[in-house]
Amino acid sequence: MTATETKARASEAAAAPPILSGAAMIIRALTELGVEVVFGYPGGAVLPIYDEIFKQDGIRHILVRHEQAAVHAAEGYARATGKPGVVLVTSGPGATNAVTGLTDAMLDSIPVVCLTGQVARHLIGNDAFQEADTVGITRPCTKHNYLVKETSDLPKIISEAFYVATNGRPGPVVVDLPKDVQIEKAPYVMPGQREHRTYRPQVHCDDKAIREAARLLAAAERPIIYSGGGVINAGPEASDLLTEFARITGIPVTSTLMGLGAYPASDKQFLGMLGMHGTWEANHAMHDCDVMLAIGARFDDRVTGRIDAFSPGSKKIQVDIDLSSINKNVAVDLPVIGDACNALAQLVAIWHEEKLGQGQPSLDTWWQQIEHWRTKDCLAYEDSTEVIMPQKSLERLFALVKDKDPIISTEVGQHQMWAAQFLGFDKPNRWLTSGGLGTMGYGLPAAVGAQIAHPDRLVIDVSGEASFQMNLQELGTIAQYKLPVKVFIMNNEYMGMVRQWQDLTYDGRRSESYSETLPDFVKLAEAYGIKGMHVEDPAKLDAAIQEMIDHDGPVIMDCRVAKIENCFPMVPAGAAHNEMLLPGDVVGKPKDDEALAVV
Amino acid sequence: MKEIGTIACHTISVIVDNEAGVLARVIGLFSGRGYNIESLTVAAVDQTGERSRITIVTSGTRMVIEQIKAQLDRLVPVHKVGDLTIDGRFVSRDMALVKVAGTGEKRVEALRLADTFRARTIDASANSFVFELTGSADKLDAFVELMSELGLVEVARTGAVALARGPGGL
Ligand SMILES: Cc1ncc(C[n+]2csc(CCOP(=O)(O)OP(=O)(O)O)c2C)c(N)n1
Ligand SMILES: [Mg+2]
Repeated sequence: MTATETKARASEAAAAPPILSGAAMIIRALTELGVEVVFGYPGGAVLPIYDEIFKQDGIRHILVRHEQAAVHAAEGYARATGKPGVVLVTSGPGATNAVTGLTDAMLDSIPVVCLTGQVARHLIGNDAFQEADTVGITRPCTKHNYLVKETSDLPKIISEAFYVATNGRPGPVVVDLPKDVQIEKAPYVMPGQREHRTYRPQVHCDDKAIREAARLLAAAERPIIYSGGGVINAGPEASDLLTEFARITGIPVTSTLMGLGAYPASDKQFLGMLGMHGTWEANHAMHDCDVMLAIGARFDDRVTGRIDAFSPGSKKIQVDIDLSSINKNVAVDLPVIGDACNALAQLVAIWHEEKLGQGQPSLDTWWQQIEHWRTKDCLAYEDSTEVIMPQKSLERLFALVKDKDPIISTEVGQHQMWAAQFLGFDKPNRWLTSGGLGTMGYGLPAAVGAQIAHPDRLVIDVSGEASFQMNLQELGTIAQYKLPVKVFIMNNEYMGMVRQWQDLTYDGRRSESYSETLPDFVKLAEAYGIKGMHVEDPAKLDAAIQEMIDHDGPVIMDCRVAKIENCFPMVPAGAAHNEMLLPGDVVGKPKDDEALAVV
Repeated sequence: MKEIGTIACHTISVIVDNEAGVLARVIGLFSGRGYNIESLTVAAVDQTGERSRITIVTSGTRMVIEQIKAQLDRLVPVHKVGDLTIDGRFVSRDMALVKVAGTGEKRVEALRLADTFRARTIDASANSFVFELTGSADKLDAFVELMSELGLVEVARTGAVALARGPGGL
């Protein structure tokens, strides 16, 4: 808050508070909280709020084509800006449509505030028209939720919702708004303190614990930093500090899918992504390290592989803002509770203060080992002059766009994993992907949100032909707001990731994983007044990509790629990190039913 | 997490903001993540009615119990979480209301046993009693079992309520 704002508020508080309708309060509170954009879709139970939106021009409303997309767009906005994304939907079907997006934001810890309409208070519980128990339905898929019962509570609840969504481990918060609460009038009193009565996440790390962490790392012969989405959530400063800490210590860095961009991919200390489709060097280094610093990462099962064989000989330090992330999947030796940014600042300070670098054993042997792993060239693939290899399409895309500092969103599948492998991110907030929930249909609306936040940036949705169809109605949104989003569909005519698993673990029975009856994507684009393109000749790939980038407006690119290519490296079902497969390896079937069940 | 290690019973005390849905949140956490609930009691515990105390008896391995506490702590309206089982010595009581119907010798015997168990008679008719009994779950079990021979009609029981011994509080 600026000083003038504070003063204005003070003098206003001295005067009698204004009497406003609930709907007017909502808009006023959002404005005071600095909200610039709301992604939404109208309906009966939010008409009073839409009427207030009509009467003002401070907050921009982006009309999506489906409520799920409203939440993903808000997520994309949040990830690309670091600010909370805001959603407005109606009761009943509006709210239930938002549930997938809310769950997605919950699993990826994205700050979103979702306002839902609700039937009038006296109708709640009567199975009224478009009534759904929104707080009941969203309780497990939100960080917190509220049903507002009194109009006068609105300013406080809305400000608290933003506090909860953005503080501690971020997440989605739902505020359910009965229609009569929106209509009724009451004095508007915004609390001065923006916080929660009792919710106080611990952000500063215990000095003793973080000191011990620094010393453990300083004594390590084979240390590694395993960085996750928490570092991105902690803000760009955390990414800078991570880079600084890695540089002064010489420790190699690997990242989760969610954490890409926190450490510069082009840096030689970066080992690439780890986990199921991580690099040979990252996974081997994780397996063989002696001290691991996990920061803002939660030992997800896609990361660890077989849990009892995960990095068996290492001392594990875990820094996380959420106590429940610690010792959930993997027992750690040194837990440190706190914000990643604070933790990294403390680590850097302690390293200098205690001159820990001086006593540090040489990491030369460790780096030699890593260089040796790197010679595997694990992302290599066999190129072709006949068809565009999917990896090639991304390699070329990256080569042609990297100077433009693009924001990339993805859908879910092989193309997503290849994008994580082949597109390098040197800075945070440029990589928008659904990691925890793995939601097909995420990328297009997320790209909408990012493009709304950054109208002049290059925003690309790396898509699959199957995922694209899960939220393709958002082409309407793109056309309406003239968003120059580029949709790069890596069309392999299969739900490639499903097919890959079927080929590897179900003897090639490709049950229902062929993308039948695909639309003509070029005509589809044109139906929305969007430029459609198509390329299948490897010789024409570069020119096509260039044309896509140069076009001043949205483009749907149908890039026909090899149909039966598998994504490697791959840690197969029930295997350890060091049992990773490369192309050409004979793929053994999972060892037992248990292994089959965990994939 | 696969269950490795011994499973132990823990009595966990949770102070929560007394707001709508808070109990659903706690119970949803247990069912959603597959934790056990042996018993759960809840009531407002301050004069203003702003805070409630939930006492949960649960069981699990050390790692699961730690997770349960961390997950509870993470809920926004949860104020404090204490593990009475590991924080020191504590007292714990369940309560039961036990209705017994009968006449003659059985009626006399029921009353005599109730006295031995230090149960209070809180309702009596010509051919029935309602006894009120507090104590450990084991003691209540034992009493109910004895009454089943003596005309037991029905039982209502609370879960455990518990506090740490000594002057300290949560
Ligand atoms: C909403 C949703 N439904 C189902 C899945 C399961 N799933 C994961 S990847 C995938 C196939 C994706 O196909 P496509 O978008 O063509 O990408 P490709 O793997 O071919 O690159 C499916 C069905 C999912 N992740 N999300
Ligand atoms: Mg596909």
